[in-house]
Amino acid sequence: MMLQAAPNPLMKVENLVVEYSVGGKTIHAVSDVSLEIARGETLGLVGESGCGKSTLGRAVLQLRQAVSGKVLFDGHDLTTLKGEALRQMRRRVQLIFQDPIASLNPRRRIGDIVAEPLVIAGVKDPEERKRRVTEVLSAVGLDPALVSGRLPHEFSGGQCQRICIARSLVLNPEFVICDEPVSALDVSIRAQILNLLEEMKARYGLTLLFIAHDLAVVKAVSDRVAVMYLGRLCEVGPSEQLFARPAHPYTALLIEAIPVPDPDVRPTQSVPVGEPPSPIAPPSGCRFRTRCPRADARCASEVPELRVVAPGQFAACHHPLV
Amino acid sequence: MSSALLSVENAVVDLPTPRGNLRAVDHVDLAVGAGRTLGIVGESGCGKTMLSRAILQLLPKKAKLSGRVMFDGQDLTRLPAEKLRKLRGRSLAVVFQDPMTSLNPVLTIGTQLIETIQEHLELDLAQARQRSIELLAAVGIPAPEQRLAQYPHQLSGGMRQRVAIAVALSCEPQLLIADEPTTALDVTIQAQILDLLAREQQRRHMAMIIITHDLGVVAGRTDEVAVMYAGRVVERAPTPALFKQMRMPYTEALLAALPKLDVAPHTPLPAISGRPPDPTRPLKGCSFSPRCRYSAERCGTEKPQLSTAETPEHLYACFHPIAARVGA
Repeated sequence: MMLQAAPNPLMKVENLVVEYSVGGKTIHAVSDVSLEIARGETLGLVGESGCGKSTLGRAVLQLRQAVSGKVLFDGHDLTTLKGEALRQMRRRVQLIFQDPIASLNPRRRIGDIVAEPLVIAGVKDPEERKRRVTEVLSAVGLDPALVSGRLPHEFSGGQCQRICIARSLVLNPEFVICDEPVSALDVSIRAQILNLLEEMKARYGLTLLFIAHDLAVVKAVSDRVAVMYLGRLCEVGPSEQLFARPAHPYTALLIEAIPVPDPDVRPTQSVPVGEPPSPIAPPSGCRFRTRCPRADARCASEVPELRVVAPGQFAACHHPLV
Repeated sequence: MSSALLSVENAVVDLPTPRGNLRAVDHVDLAVGAGRTLGIVGESGCGKTMLSRAILQLLPKKAKLSGRVMFDGQDLTRLPAEKLRKLRGRSLAVVFQDPMTSLNPVLTIGTQLIETIQEHLELDLAQARQRSIELLAAVGIPAPEQRLAQYPHQLSGGMRQRVAIAVALSCEPQLLIADEPTTALDVTIQAQILDLLAREQQRRHMAMIIITHDLGVVAGRTDEVAVMYAGRVVERAPTPALFKQMRMPYTEALLAALPKLDVAPHTPLPAISGRPPDPTRPLKGCSFSPRCRYSAERCGTEKPQLSTAETPEHLYACFHPIAARVGA
């Protein structure tokens, strides 16, 4: 396996394939994706809407059944686990969603919402539950005495995201999947939540899969970054290196498209690269070829494999930029 | 200001809510001339959308607007409904954030374009159809003739936004208001749509207002920027001047809080603590003072007014503006 991040990765995804059936047609959401995430690492997963990044996150958690492939968490293949065994494993893996308000039950009090995972996990002692809830609420910067008895609508989006983070941490997980955790938040609140996630990662020794469409946000928190396009990985590499010297033309296009808050940097005239094709009928060969300035005949006939382009950096491209 | 195509003078928008009066827009003055682009930047709830609704005279029924909205020599706040209706869509056009909600899902693209064109211009069906095809081609939609028969759901988000722009441009408006035109779109599509808007704005010598939460979007694509916070304009300047020397601490903090690609991973972001004030409980002093690191006693008791910096075009509302950088 070439994508080895560390000798003993906490999470290892092998040749994962996820497909949906919609109106008799098959959507190729995730096609043959392999990834490794080392203990204590944050892997950022970026891509545009519909690229399969959220589906990948859900398939890792077994919230979406894979067609084929393995998801090895600490050596256990989650795709073969069922019932109680899977439930036990899920305690160690948690998920934070994009819309913090929608992911909190509007009729339940914050204290109960955050304690719910403990109830499900069978923590019977109410004192023990209360102790854990108080601890995580304080950790995310909320006053437990003040918030526990309140309802979600009394909180702003940023505070609701803090509550969701507290809920995801209450079972002391090792691995947390953050699916667009800040894209519903305002700029000034976004920075607070990103800083909080970094703090929580250090404090609880977490390993994170950080899914987002915003490259700058991903770079701010990730050790390594994986770029996804139409269900396939284009490029994986250490954050600094990948942004400084992108090897895949799609990564380069994404970086170029970010509006820079500096009027001296005139926006480069966007390349008329069109729009992503449908994942129902993805292009043959390299899926990015229909928008790629470097594409040739080989790109249409042969699927590019992820290959080493620099130390730790892999790109799936027949004509890489580095 | 008198030469401006649009000038908003002392606009105040009050919305009655169960919790009391909500002042969404608080004494705002703005102007934009033909061929110029103004960016209005702010976070959710800062009043930027209500301000654009006030300009278009599309405020909620219960809202109360005072002040003047002068457009091409007429005060829109005093115009009868019939005249306003003629103006909107013709001279005053708007592109909203979500193209799915601004396009009618049960009408074809062609019907929506032709309807708008025939409503405002004296063209027969064949001419209106021809013009629709030209417009779709101009906004970069491939196979425009076939698209006329398609419904909005058959197009992608980016394509829908192009159609919405085509509808907005259909009658050669003098002013185009783009309210978060790219927020719902992917980053590679965002660049294309912003380029399209800039190109059409120049070609048609339109005035344009881009409303956004993203300082990155306004930096390269506007002539002037107004930063809003809690219903007020807190800083206003020509775009280059603003980015060269921000005076209002909020503007500076907003820019600093943006994650940037040239910063190493795991660098803590300079976040703005707290959150915007409750708009139904206005503060006596500067609305930003509870979150401001330069805040002093006076900021809590007195509201700073917009005043001029070194150059007459650069205005800011702050008692403790960020000092001019040495050598700047």
